[in-house]
Amino acid sequence: MRKLVLAVAGAAALGLGAAWAQEASQPLPDEHWSFDGIFGTYDRAELQRGFQVYTQVCAACHALEHLLYADLGGPNGLGYSEAEVKAIAAQAQVTDGPNDQGEMFQRPGRPSDPFARPFANDKAARAANNGALPPDLSLIVKAREGGPQYVYGVLTGYREPPPGVKMGQGMNYNLQFPGHQIAMPQPLRDDSVTYADGTKATLQQEAHDVVAFLTWASEPTMEPRKRTGVKVFLFLLVATVCAYVVKRRIWASVH
Amino acid sequence: MAAPVKQNKLIRWIDHRLPVFTLMEHELNEYPTPKNLNYWWNFGSLAGIMLVIMIFTGVFLAMAYTPQKDLAFDSVERIMREVNYGWLMRYIHMNGASFFFIVTYIHIFRGLYYGSYKTPRELLWMLGVVILLLMMATAFMGYVLPWGQMSYWGATVITNLFSAVPVVGNAIVTWLWGGFVVDNPTLNRFFALHYLLPFVIVGVVMLHLAALHQHGSNNPLGIDRKGPQDSIPFHPYYTIKDLFGLGVFLLFYAAFVFFWPNLLGDPANYIPANPLQTPPEIVPEWYFLPFYAILRSVPNKLLGVVMMFGSIFILFLLPWLDTSRVRSATFRPIYKWFFFVLIVDCVALGIVGAHRPEGIWVVIGRIATAYYYFHFLLMMPFVGWFERPRPLPTSISSAVLKGGGRLAGAGATMEKP
Amino acid sequence: MADIAHPAGGSVHGTETSRRDFLTLTAAALGGIGAASAIWPFLDSMNPAKDTLALSSTEVDLAPVQKGQRLTVVWRGKPVFIDHRPDEEIKKAQEVDVSSLRDPQPDSERVKKPEWLVVVGVCTHLGCIPLGQKATDDRGQFGGWFCPCHGSMYDTSGRIRQGPAPQNLAVPPYEFTSDTTIKIG
Repeated sequence: MRKLVLAVAGAAALGLGAAWAQEASQPLPDEHWSFDGIFGTYDRAELQRGFQVYTQVCAACHALEHLLYADLGGPNGLGYSEAEVKAIAAQAQVTDGPNDQGEMFQRPGRPSDPFARPFANDKAARAANNGALPPDLSLIVKAREGGPQYVYGVLTGYREPPPGVKMGQGMNYNLQFPGHQIAMPQPLRDDSVTYADGTKATLQQEAHDVVAFLTWASEPTMEPRKRTGVKVFLFLLVATVCAYVVKRRIWASVH
Repeated sequence: MAAPVKQNKLIRWIDHRLPVFTLMEHELNEYPTPKNLNYWWNFGSLAGIMLVIMIFTGVFLAMAYTPQKDLAFDSVERIMREVNYGWLMRYIHMNGASFFFIVTYIHIFRGLYYGSYKTPRELLWMLGVVILLLMMATAFMGYVLPWGQMSYWGATVITNLFSAVPVVGNAIVTWLWGGFVVDNPTLNRFFALHYLLPFVIVGVVMLHLAALHQHGSNNPLGIDRKGPQDSIPFHPYYTIKDLFGLGVFLLFYAAFVFFWPNLLGDPANYIPANPLQTPPEIVPEWYFLPFYAILRSVPNKLLGVVMMFGSIFILFLLPWLDTSRVRSATFRPIYKWFFFVLIVDCVALGIVGAHRPEGIWVVIGRIATAYYYFHFLLMMPFVGWFERPRPLPTSISSAVLKGGGRLAGAGATMEKP
Repeated sequence: MADIAHPAGGSVHGTETSRRDFLTLTAAALGGIGAASAIWPFLDSMNPAKDTLALSSTEVDLAPVQKGQRLTVVWRGKPVFIDHRPDEEIKKAQEVDVSSLRDPQPDSERVKKPEWLVVVGVCTHLGCIPLGQKATDDRGQFGGWFCPCHGSMYDTSGRIRQGPAPQNLAVPPYEFTSDTTIKIG
């Protein structure tokens, strides 16, 4: 009986394993990130460079709906001071109103404003982009299987289509993108931006920085989460060991 | 034992009018518990604690959440980003659903292995199945609330299960939706029910506990307590053991909440619901995968739905499907192995549920579904008849003292109903 | 009790009592600390969120407000009363014997420019919004504001003069960014 059961279980496990292996998709890049692991944190300089890439390249088409300018400052921000955040916000034009005449008006942004959007609505975004909708980026890293590796893979995955591949109209060949045909033209190349801190702007550097920034945008509370986690974990460890010792002593008299 | 509690005058005054302290004394201190419970018995109290954690975090999340289709997704993101410790509350609640199910499934399989559903604990078991059903309904509706792509399409698919009902199916689905698709009225009512059902669960848990305390816990030997030498008071022995178990459990739970909070979730649920586009891969949360696999393994719509729900409802009949007079699988050489195959079978169903129903997965899914029903409907009655159980110890304390030394005839210890 | 064994042995009540008590106390203390610190995040979640705190300033253009007119603007969700005070109101406000007031404060401490009074329009009694912003409103005996809820009366400097309110109408933090604009908050 036992042998039969083991044999059946073993065969089932093999079958499952084999079937699972068939479903491998495009391998993800193996980029290393400062925020990897349970002690990983964001690199502020990297985030600021990534924010520059977002502002100068991505922001033309992609919104960051869930972010306020105020999120750039503070302990979980990009390391900007309050004054710097105000200056960044003030560069954006924000529609406000209605005023006393009942009309909407433009004013410089304030820290309490959400990030300015490139298009008034999804229809306008599609109209300007050949029918394709540039997704909001504030959760892009959390909303894709593979997270930062996947986004990095897409940004660095543009190639000439291999011979024999028929491309759809307006589509671009990308190694990482599912189906390899992506509507977004290659957004980043060497020297797409000139970094304020003098870092050499290679494609890989830009992609790495902007993915770090987008990871932060997806989860600005990652650092307090991990910090709290380490404390909670240590506390629980001590409390559990303590409970175990007490348990042993209380149960010592039970036979 | 009752004396020390009543020394305090105020306590005596209250207890004379409202005997809460007598009740606590009776259910904790005097409540006799078998002395040989192993760590598998920790999972009942863990499930109770998870219920409390879920209600507590849920109430605070509800203070910042907006059940409106245009605002629900954004309000969840606002909780994650702007509300103080909002990320913590949400990750505890979100991963809490998974851990609640882990704990509950282990609790159920413990009951299956040690025969905790057998006389005189049939109603205790059936109340547990009611709790499981309520938990599933609550979890499903809770998953809809963030209004992401998986929320929306999960809600669409699961509510559409009822369209399999002959004649009135479509009317039922429209009624569930309050519209012609999953829409704002659906979200509203799911929120209302998601808030209500946990308190219904609390009520059924009370009944579950009342039924438990009627005859006391089963134990790894599956034999009844014979006398004082077999029992110890619940407090402090099992309170401290449960607390230690809680500590170990919280270590695992905290690791997920703080370090891998999204590992058990689906990335697509961070995309706002889009009623015009179904995601390419749509899967339920892991704890529903085995049932989802059963649903997809049956080529007929109505039969698939019936077999999916049947896989849970069959548990109501378990006390009568199992014909063996011995509770614990420890003494059942054949059933024991079928039990482990059932675990493998359920895991296999879960893995099948996570994959597209093509090729080998369809075959595995069908075999595993068939086996699931075979286990309960055929194996349980028949093995109970022909299996020769190993001899049972005469009492818990003799087994504990002498490692199962003095033995008695099989089946001698179970009361006749 | 009859059907429970009393585990025998010295360790329960015997020589090791003090060590066990210490351990039990430590465990109980850890549990207490854990529970208490676990509750704090939930209470704190009910405090204003970050985006609420970020909405802290309001700019107001004073140019269109004529002498004698009163304007209501919203700051942090609360009404702020702006009174372009005519000379006789200023005079009345300055002539009051400060020591006779319930909440003694000279008018000069309550304004940045005497012709502009800026106060939070929330009665310090129980949070109603006093009348007096419209010319037709009942402004009470002191020409300032009158709270309809429990009859508190404020003078032309927004100071409490009669009724149950304990304090003067609060002056919000504000500054003149130009001659005719102020920024509140």
